[in-house]
Amino acid sequence: MNESLISYLSQFEGHQAFVKMASEMAGTDLTSTISFMIYLAAVLAVVGVMATIGGLGTYAERKISADLQARQGPNRVGPFGLLQMLADGVKMILKEDIIPRDADKFMFVIAPLLCIVGVFGSLAVVPFSSGFILTDLNVGVFYLLGISSLVGVGIFIGGYSSNSKWSMLGGMRGASQIISYEIPVTLSIIMIVLIAGGMSFGTLISGQGGFPHQWYLFHNPFTFIGFFVYFIGALAETNRAPFDLPEAESELVSGYHTEYTGMRFAFFALAEYIEVFVVCGVAVALFLGGYKVPFDLGNGEAFSALPPIIGKNIGQFLQLGSFFTKTLALYYVVIWIRWTLPRLRVDQLMTLCWKYLTPIALFNLLMVAVWVYAFEGQSMFELFSSMGSGSSGGH
Amino acid sequence: MSSHNLDVYMPILILMGVGVALVFGAIIFGKLIRPHNPTRLKEQAYECGEDPVGVAWSNFNVRFYVVSLIFIIFDVEGALMFPVASVFKKFNEIGRGGLLLCTLSLFVIILISGVVYCWKKGDLDWVKSFHLDLNKDSESKKVEA
Repeated sequence: MNESLISYLSQFEGHQAFVKMASEMAGTDLTSTISFMIYLAAVLAVVGVMATIGGLGTYAERKISADLQARQGPNRVGPFGLLQMLADGVKMILKEDIIPRDADKFMFVIAPLLCIVGVFGSLAVVPFSSGFILTDLNVGVFYLLGISSLVGVGIFIGGYSSNSKWSMLGGMRGASQIISYEIPVTLSIIMIVLIAGGMSFGTLISGQGGFPHQWYLFHNPFTFIGFFVYFIGALAETNRAPFDLPEAESELVSGYHTEYTGMRFAFFALAEYIEVFVVCGVAVALFLGGYKVPFDLGNGEAFSALPPIIGKNIGQFLQLGSFFTKTLALYYVVIWIRWTLPRLRVDQLMTLCWKYLTPIALFNLLMVAVWVYAFEGQSMFELFSSMGSGSSGGH
Repeated sequence: MSSHNLDVYMPILILMGVGVALVFGAIIFGKLIRPHNPTRLKEQAYECGEDPVGVAWSNFNVRFYVVSLIFIIFDVEGALMFPVASVFKKFNEIGRGGLLLCTLSLFVIILISGVVYCWKKGDLDWVKSFHLDLNKDSESKKVEA
């Protein structure tokens, strides 16, 4: 199992030779400097890809909503309107930056920063492939739950510091909604941790396989329910419709970012779109087999005829493809839900969380523990197959 | 070994640093090219075109406070359950799963009884007081009639 990008790279002779050569040339040990440079490059790559996905998310949102409502959507800027996101970015940066006179200026400035830092921090443990995970912390999902809570703090501070009634209501709703739905999400994650026997994403994914019947989604009936509990909770935590009460435009103008203009608003939007990607990625890692490719093509052993540096990397690209396909499919579902379902009322939102999702998640957790204890961690399909072979052998 | 452990956290620091740099970089770069002519009206808090009345930092619904109290209890219990859950598989393999199952059930039963208690007290209803007022009104109307 790989702990991070560096431990993946150091398998290759080229990397070791390069580190050795550079260290000899400089006369000191450059191992940590080189790891820093590699991490910096990888982080910049991830941030670049994520900013693009965030931008494409706004484009996809408008295009898909247009499709669902029999409209055209953006189609003027570039081919199929694909450059719309660049046009939006230029427009955002050219807009005047207005800070309300009565606002708490310091808090007003750091609110979008907190959102961005929270989201970027959670990107560090998203498992793109077995080699390309920035860092596979042994407390992976626990860290993710903690760091992504910063977004909730950012949203609340953004609403509070604006000193506008709309923002205040939006921030209050945002805070109460995000902390409430964290409970079913946490309980669903504990359920998977219990089956996998570890909190790092490497452990969580290594228990699954490339085929759907090897996923934790179909491990037992309770994980199947748990996936939907997680997904509903994740929608609410990212403030996506039908849970977009913090920014309900028909009642709260624009909610917690009513007073934000230009780039500050853009960072709230970017954080939201990247966070949707992160929760979809985590859903894929926990329930849908993560980066696993069918027939174990991902570890590159099938390509052993090729030189190892090519064979291993083909495996990595297959894993990346598997992860991104599943995650973007879930992303599509999130957008689809937004343009299909109407918004909930505040009391319905709280009823759904505390009277339905939380009891269901608690019950699921208990039942999964009993399942793992009773069947020694076997999944439904393993049980069926062993039952089949057992009965045919016995009779 | 200790330096290796810290290495694992390096990408997180770098990511957050890049995030901070991105936010400040974009805002400072934007300062060079964007217009800046604030007026009194522009800097007012938005209240649908009216002059804002008072400040927004006033009393708010006490329900939000109750929700955060319930959340703290559940979140602490959730955090305590993570270690139990992550060793459950190993304990089960060496035949001590029953012990952990009892521990976990105890935790979950405490949580469930918490939910039941809050539910009974009506703390999970968002519009509790509203319902009570409605009943009183209808009762007093009946008495008048």
